[in-house]
Amino acid sequence: MIEARGLTKRYGDKLAVDDLTFTIRPGVVTGFLGPNGAGKSTTMRMLIGLDAPTEGTATINGRPYIEHPAPLREVGALLEARAIHTGRSARNHLLALAATTGIPKRRVDEVIDLVGLSDVAGKRVGGFSLGMGQRLGIASALLGDPGTLILDEPVNGLDPEGILWIRNLLKNLAADGRTIFVSSHLMSEMALTASHLIVVGRGRLLADVTVQELTKMASRDQVKVRTPHAARLRSLLAGEGVVITGRDDDLLEVSGIDSTEIGLVAAGAGIPLVELTPQHASLEEAFMEVTRDAVEFITPQEVDDFAVVMTGRNDA
Amino acid sequence: MSATAIAQRVALGTGGVTQTRVIESEWVKFRSLRSTLFSLLAAVVCTVGLGILISALRANDFKQHGVLKGIGGFDPTAHSLRGLYLAQLAIGVLGVLVITGEYSTGMVRATFAAVPRRLPVLWAKIAVFSVVVFVVSFVASLVAFLAGQAFLGTAHVGVSLGSPGAARAVLGGALYLTITGLLAVGLGFVLRNTAGAIATLFGLLLVLPVIAQALPSSWYDDVYKYLPMPAGGQIMTTVTDRTLLSPWAGLGVFAVYAVVAVAAGAFVLKRRDA
Repeated sequence: MIEARGLTKRYGDKLAVDDLTFTIRPGVVTGFLGPNGAGKSTTMRMLIGLDAPTEGTATINGRPYIEHPAPLREVGALLEARAIHTGRSARNHLLALAATTGIPKRRVDEVIDLVGLSDVAGKRVGGFSLGMGQRLGIASALLGDPGTLILDEPVNGLDPEGILWIRNLLKNLAADGRTIFVSSHLMSEMALTASHLIVVGRGRLLADVTVQELTKMASRDQVKVRTPHAARLRSLLAGEGVVITGRDDDLLEVSGIDSTEIGLVAAGAGIPLVELTPQHASLEEAFMEVTRDAVEFITPQEVDDFAVVMTGRNDA
Repeated sequence: MSATAIAQRVALGTGGVTQTRVIESEWVKFRSLRSTLFSLLAAVVCTVGLGILISALRANDFKQHGVLKGIGGFDPTAHSLRGLYLAQLAIGVLGVLVITGEYSTGMVRATFAAVPRRLPVLWAKIAVFSVVVFVVSFVASLVAFLAGQAFLGTAHVGVSLGSPGAARAVLGGALYLTITGLLAVGLGFVLRNTAGAIATLFGLLLVLPVIAQALPSSWYDDVYKYLPMPAGGQIMTTVTDRTLLSPWAGLGVFAVYAVVAVAAGAFVLKRRDA
């Protein structure tokens, strides 16, 4: 269990993290989502005592990280930039970390095996690819078999196989009852991994929701209806809370009433339906809806960039 | 607790972070970098090689031209230990790199995630570094002295370890290098940047005495003897220079510089974000 209460970090005039309060529960993967520069890494560094908060507190399992006698057995952390000396071999890197907490050599070899670095464990880290570096970072995080994992952009630089591996690893670790807090700037990635989301923008908390709730929050569920008698159906469906738009003569987009009801109304009036398709807002659209306010005060170009970053997709 | 749970616990070890464990960790780090080996090797080669070379050249000089009368200032011990002044470059760079190498690679975040109280890391680095540097430089200093004196002995100007001040100078050479290294470690923690820390270190050691020469002569005598290298270097001499501090007082002053640097490093280490 990770708890942040009023967590704030100020660099001069700039508020990097602005009064964040959230609780990360065990048993599920919680995504920490926001564009680059939203304050995710700073927040994670504050959680593990690398940066001191300007205000507020962060605790892990009830006490500040720094007060745990064996932090590596409590929390495993993977930080954004590779936190590894390039001149040392992967195995020596892990041995040095393990030694601080009396973790035996056997466990070092175990995590090297687990992340698939056995063949290169004796090689200097300077020659590692980004993906190998990430795997070593994850091995470091797993060293003490901790009940809590804090991972900053763990899929960065991984190939598709590696990304799938991380996804499954995180889900399995969460299923063990561990607390998993994982940041990303990619909504699409979070949608596949996380079941709960903490969304931040410009250092502020925008949403603390389940993935399903986020989709609902978008309130964009529509039903696409195609019929030769569009005008007649439109007048029959009209009512309180029902919004109908039409693009073509024979196409209606209806919200506020579900597809079953539309079908029954149409059948009752003898109107043939050529198409009746419920449409759910995609997670990406939902996300854009939630973060719209946070990006309103920036330039249109920035909004576009933000959209690209959030969705991981470049339509332009 | 089930058998597997117990096995799991055993496999992960028990207990928390202790100073001894952090020292063990720093020892693994220290010996697993090539820069450590190269720097120590360079220090030994400089100390012994230069000591022998200088002693041999001087012995040859004496043999050709004879030992001049009234050259009472000739210090055979200091002569054979002259290489330590070159070795301090290697040890100084190593001391800086032990710290700034972690900052430049980001390793420091992993280090402080494992030891969030941070100060045990500083003490452990100092313990590992100073013990290794002291042992290596003591051996180098002793070999340089013995070999140097063997060459000087061919011109009948050599001394033995039993001569007044000789043993102290040999031991002092190792202490001088160790304190140089600690000054470097302290600067590394304060500046966290390799180039900045090395420039500051050698600015203090090598450039300050040169700048001091621009002072009015009445100030110069009072200031010069307290500068790090002139003060610390006296421990390697056996002939008294009245304008400078005595060997142990000089070494004490030199140590104060290192202690101030380490204390400043410890102070900022606790307060700054990593």
